[in-house]
Amino acid sequence: MIDLPLVFAALMGLAMLMYVVLDGYDLGVGMLMPAADAREQELMVSSIGPFWDANETWLVLGVGILLVAFPVAHGTVLGALYLPVAWMLIGLMLRGVAFEFRVKAEGWHRELWNNLFWFGSFLASFAQGFMLGRYITGFHAGFGYTVFSLLVGASLCGGYVLLGATWLILKTQGVLQGKAIAWARWGLAWVALAVALVSLATPLVSESVQMKWFDFPRTLALMLLPVATLGAGWRVWASTGRLKRGESQPDWVPFAAAVTIFVLAFAGLAYSLFPFVIIDRMTIWEAAAHPSSLRFMLAGVIVVLPFLVAYTAFAYRVFRGKARPGLYE
Amino acid sequence: MIVEMDTSDVLLLARAQFGLNIGFHILFPSLTIALGWILLYFRIRYARSGDPGWLATYKLWTKVFALSFAMGVVSGITMSFQFGTNWPGFMLKVGNIAGPLLAYEVLTAFFLEATFLGIMLFGMNRVPGWMHVFASAMVAIGTTLSAFWILALNSWMQTPAGHVVQGGQIIAGDWWQVLFNPSFPFRFTHMLLASGLTASFVVAGLSAWRMLRAPGDASARATLRTGLVLAAVLAPVQALVGDQHGLNTLEHQPAKIAAIEAIWKTEKSVPLVLFAIPDEDRRRNDFAIEIPKGASLFLKHDGDAEVRGIDAFWPDAAPVAPVFFAFRAMVGLGVLMLAAAWGGAWATRGGRVPPRRMLWVLSGFTFSGWAATLCGWLVTEIGRQPWLVTGILRTADAAGAASGAQLGASLTGYVITYAAMFLAYLVVLTHLAGKGAQP
Repeated sequence: MIDLPLVFAALMGLAMLMYVVLDGYDLGVGMLMPAADAREQELMVSSIGPFWDANETWLVLGVGILLVAFPVAHGTVLGALYLPVAWMLIGLMLRGVAFEFRVKAEGWHRELWNNLFWFGSFLASFAQGFMLGRYITGFHAGFGYTVFSLLVGASLCGGYVLLGATWLILKTQGVLQGKAIAWARWGLAWVALAVALVSLATPLVSESVQMKWFDFPRTLALMLLPVATLGAGWRVWASTGRLKRGESQPDWVPFAAAVTIFVLAFAGLAYSLFPFVIIDRMTIWEAAAHPSSLRFMLAGVIVVLPFLVAYTAFAYRVFRGKARPGLYE
Repeated sequence: MIVEMDTSDVLLLARAQFGLNIGFHILFPSLTIALGWILLYFRIRYARSGDPGWLATYKLWTKVFALSFAMGVVSGITMSFQFGTNWPGFMLKVGNIAGPLLAYEVLTAFFLEATFLGIMLFGMNRVPGWMHVFASAMVAIGTTLSAFWILALNSWMQTPAGHVVQGGQIIAGDWWQVLFNPSFPFRFTHMLLASGLTASFVVAGLSAWRMLRAPGDASARATLRTGLVLAAVLAPVQALVGDQHGLNTLEHQPAKIAAIEAIWKTEKSVPLVLFAIPDEDRRRNDFAIEIPKGASLFLKHDGDAEVRGIDAFWPDAAPVAPVFFAFRAMVGLGVLMLAAAWGGAWATRGGRVPPRRMLWVLSGFTFSGWAATLCGWLVTEIGRQPWLVTGILRTADAAGAASGAQLGASLTGYVITYAAMFLAYLVVLTHLAGKGAQP
């Protein structure tokens, strides 16, 4: 008999990770808009145009699995995050429609939608970071916790900027690529802050997390995670450095290294939290839906997932290579 | 007493917020479901003829589609969160049914339409022609599949079937019965036709708007005709299906029919109320205009038959006035739309250009499908109150822990955002339509 809650916890984790990485880069590109001129902005938007919609669908899937597979946790989590969820949704709405409207608008209207696109991307990213901060501190109330969550919010914005900038390194060339290299190095500093904050906070907030991390000799094996994260961070720094100096360097390396940072950080977080869906309060088995529902859904996942992966890969293949201007013409 | 008032206010805020969101959201899918198929038709016309006119037409309507789709996506993401934030009791009680249906929608429909939309919008020069036609078809199939799952869930909430109770929880006994519950076939067909009518009136209305500015525009003339013919065919079919849907409701949700027809007392030979002001407090109709024995004849096909009134279900009865008026508005709009579609189809026969007055009228009908859909939605959703899931879960028992202040603050945010988005949407739509298809 397979452990259905475990399977769905893994699926939910996968969906959330996919969301953070995929929508992360397009939110990051959105936040970088004000730093570019009008012609560059067109290229930036072109580079994410075919993808943003499907990227956001991973969020719906992640929240959907939380809702569907862990209904008991869903109410508690979203109830505690009620207001930041509302900010995030308003942010996602603004940027989603600004995407469509800015192309069709002219003059100051277009400028307005550009600003809303930037603002929506920022608001959504910040709210997600804030929610992460609240989540890993077990939704405790208090001034210190709020400040902490605000810091995580700011640093996640930096993390998305890193993803967005390295995506632009991959998808653009020339002056814009040069700018993106500088943005990526700046974003990397923020990611370091984010990873440090989250890594330090989880053991401080929860004793069970602390025990998992400081349990010799397992700790030594676990140290591979932070070491690998540092390695990936170094890879971003070194590869962007080589690109900056004009040395030969494949343009996908910084993006791959940035994604690696997110995957490793996510793995660390997953290790800390498991088997809790709400830290120290509720495990995945306590929160799980009835096995009959989970089985019915799993059947669908098994059938649909290969197709989903195949046509997503196909879409990325169709739009491979450098972004071209005039995507919308 | 104070506590009681407070909770009912919070419930009202939670309902207002969700109602606003879902009412806003429903506009866009109800346009895009059918518009996806109309686009596929334009795309195939271009693939077969190679006529650049069809290509320009396809591109123009793709823009309208993309815009509407984005509006639907962003308001839909909001909804997926509000299920949890506003109605945690819903998931606790019936999550084992509702959850998988929503998950299947995401898995089978959302990814399909979102991914292929990228190729459809931006990939025309990057993939072979057949692949682009295929992508357009996938988008249309995706939007329709999405409607299938959502309507299955909504119908199950209206007429639950196939479930069993186990330890206070509702779980599925037979998924087939859950999906194809008694009202599903009628509701799904009714909704697809509503979408067809909504899209065809938007296409016809915006094309008429363009023709007022550029009477010689061949693309606008072609799409005007497409929209009108489609509407002329679908409108009478919708009348028939709507009637069948009503009879199905009478069988499975008689309380809703009592509210729709404002029948307060269970009686024989019940008159059909054409118009009245329902008085909730005294449970009677004022200023009623009635057809004697009409309701008995209409609902039971026997003028002397007994029809159950609100009193048979009291106190579990829906508020009568909103259901009664929304139903009449829906039917009235439907009749007007039928007349407009037939009149328009006649006036454009054999490539004729309709007179300007008619173009103005058709422009005025652009969003008639939306208005009728919203009215129908109000009828069916208010009509099932006080139940969220008929006989299983009351709306009041599903509300969440969000405070009135939180709900109020976020509701204000949503109202402002939606109003701005909607205004911008209308401005862009009129602008696009006014410019017409660009070769």
